[in-house]
Amino acid sequence: MFVKNRWTMKILVCISQVPDTTSKITFTADNTELQTAGLQYIINPYDEIALSKAVALAEGGNGSVTVITIGGSGTEATIRKALAIGADEAVRVDAAPRDGWFVANQIARYAKDQQFDLILTGKESIDYNGSQVAAFIGELLGIPSVSTAKKLEIANGTAMVDREIEGGKEVLSIPLPLIVGVAEGVAEPRIPNMRGIMGARTKPLQVAAAIEVPVLAEIVRYETPEPRGAVTLVDSNEVEKLVDLLHNRARVI
Amino acid sequence: MSVLVYAENTEGKFKKSVYEVVSYAKAVADSLGTSLTALSIGNVEQQELTSLGRYGAETVLTASAEQLQQFTNQAYASVVAAAADHIGATLVVISNTFSGKGLAPRVAAKLGAGFADGAVELPRVESTKLGIKKTAFSGKAFAVVELLSAKKVVALTPNAFELRETEGSVQVVPFSPSVGAGDFTAVIQDIVRTTDKVTLPDAEIVVSAGRGLKGPENWHIVEELAEALGAAMACSKPVSDAGWRPHSEHVGQTGISVSPNLYIAIGISGAIQHLAGISASKTIVVINKDPEAPFFKVADYGIVGDAFEVVPKLTAAIKAYKGL
Repeated sequence: MFVKNRWTMKILVCISQVPDTTSKITFTADNTELQTAGLQYIINPYDEIALSKAVALAEGGNGSVTVITIGGSGTEATIRKALAIGADEAVRVDAAPRDGWFVANQIARYAKDQQFDLILTGKESIDYNGSQVAAFIGELLGIPSVSTAKKLEIANGTAMVDREIEGGKEVLSIPLPLIVGVAEGVAEPRIPNMRGIMGARTKPLQVAAAIEVPVLAEIVRYETPEPRGAVTLVDSNEVEKLVDLLHNRARVI
Repeated sequence: MSVLVYAENTEGKFKKSVYEVVSYAKAVADSLGTSLTALSIGNVEQQELTSLGRYGAETVLTASAEQLQQFTNQAYASVVAAAADHIGATLVVISNTFSGKGLAPRVAAKLGAGFADGAVELPRVESTKLGIKKTAFSGKAFAVVELLSAKKVVALTPNAFELRETEGSVQVVPFSPSVGAGDFTAVIQDIVRTTDKVTLPDAEIVVSAGRGLKGPENWHIVEELAEALGAAMACSKPVSDAGWRPHSEHVGQTGISVSPNLYIAIGISGAIQHLAGISASKTIVVINKDPEAPFFKVADYGIVGDAFEVVPKLTAAIKAYKGL
């Protein structure tokens, strides 16, 4: 958008918090719920890349960055971290992030009359590996979406995006407004500095009510994978035995 | 009640993952007692289109209008939704490729359909509900998602379902839905394919190596094994971070997820973040000097030994077995 004859970009970044990568994942209530006691939470790594990219695009007076998250008050530490990384303001929609469709509807509702030029999310969250939210929001807002971007540049109201495809990439040119699900490579994750951390405490954090969203799908239970069984070791002097096992027993060659 | 399966073409041809999703959709259609229609979008020859019949499609709708020659998720989603409405489909099945990930949620949103992505097996059918098992927590668990809405969209994980050939006739029918100009906002400037060999997400055999190789100059032993096996090459995150190998080979939680029949890991310790990218592998072989390496705990077969000795011997043994 043009502000005083200068083109500045209004960016929304969608943040979710996820159990950290080393967490042991267990379930409770007869395998219908994630056991959250003792879990450490982090910003979803791909969302962190999205936020870092947004901050880089907006800095030097080139724009503003709003972060939005769907969650209860337990997400406030994660939101403050996002503000410390460089977002200007934050919105928390007060509801448990039931699933991708629910989350996308909350974000679309918020974004609808805000005129964001660019909306960034991580390509997927490492807990549910959904890769749904960017495309859902795109459809709800009637704007283009790219679900797995490896590179993103903006110039004069147009985005140049490298979309990941099997064994390569597609280079796309898309006019804003646009929503992008970012992957590794879009930006180096930024580490909050002292000034960022101090400033985060006073940046605006608005809490908004959630809207009703019909339940079209729900997780009814979890299952843990069958343990693989003990490894069959082959002596390093008898590699032909491995070839034999792979052919005759595993049948993979 | 009818099932629509989207058949994605790559430069006018159908990859194995397309025949997998047609086989899957056919199995679901059979269990629902209904027929299967496939939809192709873009420029695909008649012979290629009829090949979908071998895997269970009874009708193939082909939307080959000029403006649809290249994939763009907005327009393609409109075409898929239009096809679903056209045949009264209550279930749409799409392969969870990179394009599928951009397409399927938009189709679901257009149809007001419950959506489950990353299915790893056939759904459990319970009256009008479908229960879809998918991976969660980066491969540490499975979640069963129940689709409750009248219309449903399922995205199938590539290489999770086998090909099933079936007898039956197929008819190819042109399909020309109207698509609004606003659906064509994204313009493809260039398509770059970095390899004409099998790509990592599609690969049935993957040979992967990590820091145990000590440096990029030693990678020829990995290349030779991969070549002997007809495998795609991969690496661990520290190796791609150090610039020894390209990012496109990085397999792991924040890299590529693979689901091959065989994954051979050389000189990789097996950190949780790496395992997250390979948990769908059917058979895992670990070659590592350290018998305590965590990777051995999830391996099916393992060799404790020095990669520089073991890998060339393995390559020679594979070549001998193949008569190369």
